[in-house]
Amino acid sequence: MKTLIIAEHNGKQLSPAVQQAVTAAQFWRAPIDLLVAGGNDSIVQAAASISGVNRVLHANAAHLAHPLAEDVANLILSIAGDYQVILAAHSSFSRNILPRVSALLDVAMISDALTIQADNTYTRSGYAGNVHNLVQSTDSVQILTIHGSSFAAASLGGSAEIINIDAPAPFTKTRWISETHNLSDRPALSSAKIVVSGGRSLGSAEKFEEVLAPLAAKLGAALGATRAAVDAGYAPNDIQVGQTGVVVAPELYIAVGVSGAVQHTYGMKDSKIVVAINQDPDAPIFQVADYGLVADLFQAVPTLTAALN
Amino acid sequence: MKILVAVKRVVDYNIKVRVKPDGSDVDIDGVKMGVNPFDENAIEEALRLKEQGKATEVVAVSFGTQVNQDVLRHALAMGADRAILVESTAKLQSLSVAKLLKAVVEREQPNIILLGKQSIDDDAGQMGQMLAGLLNYPQATFASSVKVEGNEVTVTREVDGGTETLSMDLPAVITADLRLNEPRFVKLPNLMMARKKPIETINADELGIQLEPRLKLLKVNEPPARKPGIRVNSVEELLSKLRAEEGITL
Ligand SMILES: Cc1cc2nc3c(=O)[nH]c(=O)nc-3n(C[C@H](O)[C@H](O)[C@H](O)COP(=O)(O)OP(=O)(O)OC[C@H]3O[C@@H](n4cnc5c(N)ncnc54)[C@H](O)[C@@H]3O)c2cc1C
Ligand SMILES: Nc1ncnc2c1ncn2[C@@H]1O[C@H](COP(=O)(O)O)[C@@H](O)[C@H]1O
Repeated sequence: MKTLIIAEHNGKQLSPAVQQAVTAAQFWRAPIDLLVAGGNDSIVQAAASISGVNRVLHANAAHLAHPLAEDVANLILSIAGDYQVILAAHSSFSRNILPRVSALLDVAMISDALTIQADNTYTRSGYAGNVHNLVQSTDSVQILTIHGSSFAAASLGGSAEIINIDAPAPFTKTRWISETHNLSDRPALSSAKIVVSGGRSLGSAEKFEEVLAPLAAKLGAALGATRAAVDAGYAPNDIQVGQTGVVVAPELYIAVGVSGAVQHTYGMKDSKIVVAINQDPDAPIFQVADYGLVADLFQAVPTLTAALN
Repeated sequence: MKILVAVKRVVDYNIKVRVKPDGSDVDIDGVKMGVNPFDENAIEEALRLKEQGKATEVVAVSFGTQVNQDVLRHALAMGADRAILVESTAKLQSLSVAKLLKAVVEREQPNIILLGKQSIDDDAGQMGQMLAGLLNYPQATFASSVKVEGNEVTVTREVDGGTETLSMDLPAVITADLRLNEPRFVKLPNLMMARKKPIETINADELGIQLEPRLKLLKVNEPPARKPGIRVNSVEELLSKLRAEEGITL
């Protein structure tokens, strides 16, 4: 009985969430293998240095340079027989692959588990986080993604064995064409210690940047946005926080002109401290805020920025 | 070219659902229901492909009980040509629905299967990928742009930190993100006209698929509430609280 973690990377770096997946996997007290599809030596070394990992399986092949769901799923299936648990941190990468694997193994998958409990029981949220469901799997194999921020990161300092494995033949009916990255000098949203998020009320892309960027710069914060702000073109889509965007849990989350729809709060309500600045005293965001300031953001935010060291 | 669109009936996204007092499930008795938002984007995209002359027929399919007629009527009113209701009273989970949908695909032989990227009640986000796996079809999830050219479809996907563009041979499975398009409004005359369009019912039991849920729902809870916060009256007060009471260096 062994546990397999699908180790996500972006071709340059291992995703920090792999460390959280390792902590989650330790629940089963079975040897943990990490699967790296594509990637380079430094990624594999980083994977091998996570404490608690037994082996790192590295599959390298030309067609894994930009791994497709079809190819990674076939790779997982080629080794799945050795594992009773297959998991990954919840992300657009793992959500794309693991359901495909589950269907082919005839297993019902658990998405975005908040807790792992005895007897294949998990909590996960439903209705945009309005409810928590306790579910029990009746399958003999467990396939799941875990909610990163619910698990501490496993420490580094390990030295797992590295094994090269073969990749199955490429799936030729899908071809990778291109990718775009939204480059920013700010910290990555999903792992930032402080997040400043803005809503539709910023009014334009220029104002979004002009009002929020200086505050984010002083705080060393990542920028986030509501779907309304993204849809209006004020902010790029990859910084959308919420049910259908990124889920964050920073030390400090500052929501600026955000109404606090459940679809948004789903993505930020695990933050340690929440500050809300909104001119409407009845805005729902105040229900999840530790500190609420009823004010016009166009005055309050520059004042706040100026008052910081 | 035929496009099959999977349409789920869910609680309206504006409604805050309540947990039943015994914690066995959520209480959706008498609650407003509608088309899963992402599935509306899927229907819209299928209709646009038809309007561009790429597709000739758009078929909507839903899995559930007779009440699902309403979401199929909505799809027909938007412009779908016909609809199929796969009727079952079982508690359907993604894996079973994927198997049922596979059976419908085998019958209908569509060139593109469009789904929503996730249902807003279960937040599973699994069906499209499961279906593609079962059929060994190409898949493109979280689509924000779909372009069909001959026997190929090029899809731009929204992924963490940016986008990815893939090209796939048809038949293929695509799941829609909200930014794929702006679904059209349904006007009353369209709803009236949709009454005349056919909805075929298939009994799920006849498809020979095991439908017992593999995930048992043991308990439903309200999530733990955050501790109540306080109001501050000024930026200065906010900063002094964050510094003094939370020990944040700012
Ligand atoms: C299926 C589905 C999925 C969704 N997923 C997401 C998601 O992942 N993330 C997400 O964010 N949303 C999501 N949404 C949208 C969500 O329901 C809300 O519409 C959205 O979060 C609202 O964004 P907002 O707060 O910017 O805008 P609004 O709701 O318009 O709120 C603007 C707020 O700004 C305040 N304001 C205005 N002017 C000022 C001022 N000068 N100073 C201070 N405050 C001011 C107002 O009082 C108001 O509270 C989803 C919706 C659906 C249907
Ligand atoms: N009962 C159902 N009937 C029709 N379509 C469904 C059903 N369940 C799921 N789907 C489709 O599958 C997508 C993803 O669902 P899920 O995997 O449950 O998040 C939805 O957006 C729908 O397009």
